[in-house]
Amino acid sequence: MTKKKELQVRAIKNGTVIDHIPAELLFKVINILELDKCPTSVTIGNNYKSDMLGKKGIIKISEKFFEDDEINKISLITPNAKLNIIRDYQVVEKRVVEAPNKVEGIVKCMNPKCITNVEEVYTKFKVVNPSPITLKCHYCEKITDEKNIRIK
Amino acid sequence: MDNKSLVSIDDYTKEEILEVLAKAAEFEKNPNSNMLEGKVVSSLFFEPSTRTRLSFETAISRMGGKIVGFTDASSSSTTKGETLNDTIKMVSNYSDLIVMRHPIEGSARYASEVSDVPVINAGDGANQHPTQTMLDLYSIQKTQGTLENLNIFMVGDLKYGRTVHSLLMALSHFNPTFHFIAPKELEIPRAYKIFMDKNNIKYQEHTEFNSIINDADILYMTRVQRERFADPLEYEKVKNVYILKNDMLKDTRDNLRILHPLPRVNEIAVDVDANPKAYYFEQALNGVFARQAIIAKALDL
Ligand SMILES: [Zn+2]
Repeated sequence: MTKKKELQVRAIKNGTVIDHIPAELLFKVINILELDKCPTSVTIGNNYKSDMLGKKGIIKISEKFFEDDEINKISLITPNAKLNIIRDYQVVEKRVVEAPNKVEGIVKCMNPKCITNVEEVYTKFKVVNPSPITLKCHYCEKITDEKNIRIK
Repeated sequence: MDNKSLVSIDDYTKEEILEVLAKAAEFEKNPNSNMLEGKVVSSLFFEPSTRTRLSFETAISRMGGKIVGFTDASSSSTTKGETLNDTIKMVSNYSDLIVMRHPIEGSARYASEVSDVPVINAGDGANQHPTQTMLDLYSIQKTQGTLENLNIFMVGDLKYGRTVHSLLMALSHFNPTFHFIAPKELEIPRAYKIFMDKNNIKYQEHTEFNSIINDADILYMTRVQRERFADPLEYEKVKNVYILKNDMLKDTRDNLRILHPLPRVNEIAVDVDANPKAYYFEQALNGVFARQAIIAKALDL
């Protein structure tokens, strides 16, 4: 088990491996991180066996080191994802994703009467509670809680 | 964002609230001026609200300003499908200040970001109505001589009443003790209880509307609306419980004043109107002075 994981992780020379993504959320994570626009090589694997998740996905991105704001966006849907930072085939750092302080442009406000659901308005939220993640809309000031988070 | 805008009562600090209230007192002494001479104020009412609109237009007129705008969306270009973004961009080119009422929540914050001139929110759906809150605060300060350490009783629909929520937030600067009197279905939302617990604000909840009001400095009445109840039977049970009658006031404090954001339906019996503790009609007049002060602040006058 450990050996296999190391193999997966070591498959890139420099970059970031995102592990422990629930299999059904893998493509959402790809969208949120806008990996379709990533110029370096991206390897995506899905439906690996996982004791914790049943089935999990892994994304390996070469030559890419995320800023906190960038990567923490995915914690909205995958609070348990793990990051492995790879340099010269070695895992030099392991991190968990953390709830961001604010969320912009990714999530839909759950209030149907909110201006962001009526006109083309870029959504903005303050994170009022990190776990379970709770968002307060900058515009209508209503709360969008974890179970109502929908990715735009 | 233009920080001169007033979208939510939270946009004002405690100091700014007190500054605006002091200004309102000056306007009450001298309501007529030329402060807005040569200035154009856009009054954009995307939904009708005669009471709020007349109060604003009186405030602007007494300061010597000119008003352009519309009184409901059917006479604006939004019926032709124009976005709020485009309307605000156009109007902010014409005027020095925008007063806006809009049924969509968050529309005022959005307008304040799109506009080059300050926006005063005259109500954005169920969200915020900060000028109402300022006139409530002005009425409380004027009748009690202070905003500090008061016993504030709020009665009726505490769940959906936006005036209740904004007033609660604003008064939280002033060490209040709150008493909330409401049916279970319309109790104060959990988010506000969490806020009060976090900020060590004292509060009690009651379902009975009776002699507990004898300790009140302010009795803030609101309407219990039929359409708020999923079950019509529940409404029938409570509809007559939260009505204030004159005989309930006989052992209340001398300084007690009764406020209501108006319009009233039947939640205050007509026999209360003659009681000197009834303050809701004066409260409405205070709205003009409070709005004059808010306008002056938005324009740095
Ligand atoms: Zn919203």
